[in-house]
Amino acid sequence: MQKDLVSISEISKDDIELILDTASSFRDVLRRDIKKVPTLRGKTVVNLFFEPSTRTRTSFELAEKRLSTDVFNFSVPTSSVVKGESLLDTVRTIQSYGADYIVIRHSASGVPHFIAQNVDASVINAGDGINEHPTQALLDAFTIRERKKDIKGLEIALVGDIVHSRVARSNILCLLKLGANLRLIGPPTLIPNTLPEGIRVFHDMDEGLKGVDVIMMLRIQMERMGKGFFPSTREYFKLWGINCERLSIARKDAIVMHPGPMNRGIEISSEVADGAQSVILDQVTNGIAVRMAVLYLLGGSRNAE
Amino acid sequence: MPKELLNTKDFERIISRIAHEIIEKNKGTDDLCLVGIQRGGVHIAERIAAKIKSIEDISLSVGSLDISLYRDDIGMKKSQPTVRRTDIPFNITDQKVILVDDVLFTGRSIRAAMDALMDFGRPAQIQLAVLVDRGHRELPIRADYAGKNIPTALDENIEVQFKEDGLEDKVLLIENAG
Amino acid sequence: MPNSAFIIKNGFIIDPSQNIEGVGDLLVENGKIAGIYFKNGKKDPKKNGAANKEIKTIDASGRYVLPGLIDMHVHLREPGFEHKENINTGTRAAVNGGFTSVCCMPNTDPVNDNATVTSYIIKKAREQGICNVYPIGAITKAQKGEELAEFGMMREAGCIGFSDDGHPVTNSLMMRRALEYSKIFDSPIISHCEDLLLADSGVMNEGAVSSMLGLKGIPSGAEDIMVARDILLAKLTGGRLHIAHVSTKCSVALIRRAKEQGIRVTAETCPHYFTITDKAVIGYNTSAKVNPPLRTEEDIEAIKEGLRDGTIDVIATDHAPHHKDEKLQEFDKAPSGISGLETALGLSLALVRNGVISMKQLAEKMCLNPSLITGVRAGNLKQGSDADIVIIDQDAEFTVDADKLLSKGKNTPFCGVKLKGLPVITIVKGNIYERQH
Repeated sequence: MQKDLVSISEISKDDIELILDTASSFRDVLRRDIKKVPTLRGKTVVNLFFEPSTRTRTSFELAEKRLSTDVFNFSVPTSSVVKGESLLDTVRTIQSYGADYIVIRHSASGVPHFIAQNVDASVINAGDGINEHPTQALLDAFTIRERKKDIKGLEIALVGDIVHSRVARSNILCLLKLGANLRLIGPPTLIPNTLPEGIRVFHDMDEGLKGVDVIMMLRIQMERMGKGFFPSTREYFKLWGINCERLSIARKDAIVMHPGPMNRGIEISSEVADGAQSVILDQVTNGIAVRMAVLYLLGGSRNAE
Repeated sequence: MPKELLNTKDFERIISRIAHEIIEKNKGTDDLCLVGIQRGGVHIAERIAAKIKSIEDISLSVGSLDISLYRDDIGMKKSQPTVRRTDIPFNITDQKVILVDDVLFTGRSIRAAMDALMDFGRPAQIQLAVLVDRGHRELPIRADYAGKNIPTALDENIEVQFKEDGLEDKVLLIENAG
Repeated sequence: MPNSAFIIKNGFIIDPSQNIEGVGDLLVENGKIAGIYFKNGKKDPKKNGAANKEIKTIDASGRYVLPGLIDMHVHLREPGFEHKENINTGTRAAVNGGFTSVCCMPNTDPVNDNATVTSYIIKKAREQGICNVYPIGAITKAQKGEELAEFGMMREAGCIGFSDDGHPVTNSLMMRRALEYSKIFDSPIISHCEDLLLADSGVMNEGAVSSMLGLKGIPSGAEDIMVARDILLAKLTGGRLHIAHVSTKCSVALIRRAKEQGIRVTAETCPHYFTITDKAVIGYNTSAKVNPPLRTEEDIEAIKEGLRDGTIDVIATDHAPHHKDEKLQEFDKAPSGISGLETALGLSLALVRNGVISMKQLAEKMCLNPSLITGVRAGNLKQGSDADIVIIDQDAEFTVDADKLLSKGKNTPFCGVKLKGLPVITIVKGNIYERQH
């Protein structure tokens, strides 16, 4: 493993598999009564969130605490960033606090790369702009593996706003590396016009769901509303939302995923979200295990050549 | 050239002796369980359990323990850490846990293993069984059951092979491991 | 003061304004061109005219001697952004790059949208600049696209053209008025062609690379649409349109067709648009962030063809220096621009070496055509003209080192690139400057 985890595009299939295998051990730890291990005691993690986030930050924080690190959160409204400090100065300051890890979320793509080049700490990307969200892709892959054993050869559909979704982008890269067959379903306004080879695009949801093993629903961001990507949430749900009837088009044992937070009634119906085929809550728990694995592996390879 | 210290026959004798010692010391097998440290300790724990079964006709619970998450040298080793399976599918609280490892060296692995065990419950007692004790302790830890004491130099290495891994049961001394 | 005379001997002299190409001597007296003397017969300057017994000689054997280059698109940043560049450093960078005249864009602070600012720049250039500086005035007040700026007064103060560079005139009616009104002065309206709404705050070219990097793309259409609009407005009004920094294949085609139809349109491109693609952005390299963005191989080929067949009249630099700290930021936040004055000639000579254009065409695009479009009295070696001259060693190699640029702007994507061809000596009004580093 490298010093940092900034993108799926820059890590190998072997690294992905190592992370997923290691995550299974941490998944076991999370099933114990005492869910905390002393592994990274004495290490300091800074959660540097330039964008509001509850889920990802909480998940990272739990992962960090369960590995016994010292955690501090550096969030924008209380920081000097609002006073006009440059990103580089902010990050150098944090480095001087003795951070071993910097977990960063930023609204601009490429910021984790920029920071990784400028600090000694291990940088973990918790989402950068519309670029990548690598730990989300890893936890999704972990969740799929848990249910379907091998990802290779699975038919996986990503549905919704692909073009603005870092979750979708990281998932596409990750699942392709693991050998899945991918299809994207959504309105043409939300599907990128340049895609890696071999990905099938469907604008008709019913057509796209045929024979699918995994359905990954993406969140429709409300800020996209009124910008011409689609006319209304009502129409969106009618054309690309998932309900029980649509779910029956997919394979009988298909699973439904969603990175959260969900918009019930816009991209997913409650029956599906809470139904037997939904693995949405597993994704949440697995997220902690995967992030523990990432922290552990990056820390362990600090002095590796 | 590596020097052979123990062979298949030696293994059998040692396992047999340790099984007897465990039964004797604990006056039977009540409340006993075995936990092997990944990876070699797991094989030995299973063999001891099998031996006890043949002597007393009692099946003791055997668990496996990976100590990676409890080590004190994370980030200091050059190789990529791998976490192996921990599987203790029984309650260890108020049990007498026989912790089993292949080689006892600095004692740090045993320290880590005891810390890990404590996270699973509150055992009545922890006893330690090892195949080989090579000395050089850095912590106040000793084995309750030791297969063989082998004095070694610090730059030497002990390698244990198991038939479970498709090899011949063997303990080798490798000199100047540098 | 350059009151002495000197002679540049045995250089290969090219001056497209007089259709001159050949080995000869160039005599300079009192900061003016005194004459060109060819080897094959005619006059020997030493025996003739000048009457200087011991005349200083610059040996230009094996080198090209061209009129000093004119860059009709630079940002000198003064007044207002002197931390990025000022007139002193900007003109030194220009001369170091072989340029003897630069036309500076009005996006300063305050904006050069009135005669006072124009006069300030000209005065500053006279005091602190080392080459000719010709300001370009804003099309609209504060470059806001709402009200026409005072073309007449700025023209009188010394502006040679008008542009809202960096801030396209989105309102078609306003652009129409600008093209119409500027006809009185026969000044070019220099258009930064970008449909801002379509560009939608993108930060690089839209395509495979932007997809890969997760950066928001600007489609080439954002440029093409505005080029088409402005050409149609030039046709409608009969005004003089100059398209700045052409970066797309489609723009080249649109301009070619407009020229065929006799519409008064000229165009420029910059070395980075015919040299590197959007791949230079990989790694979130902010020094390759520029507007319009770096495009693709296909666009590069079309631009080269446009340069070859004359569709693109001018090579300008769009020299856009920025402070190091400004580029050392989030890619989205970092300002666009490339510090181009000191690498332009080397990059353009590659076109000559690769047979895309001839040396004479290069002289047209970097000397003659910019002077014809802007009307500045420069870019030729005619007797009596200011002695603005560049001597080029086309074989000299150098490796671009950002820290060694004389410009304050070290923002170049060509760092570490080996270029061939150096302006070894640049002469401004008889003052001789040797290339530094």
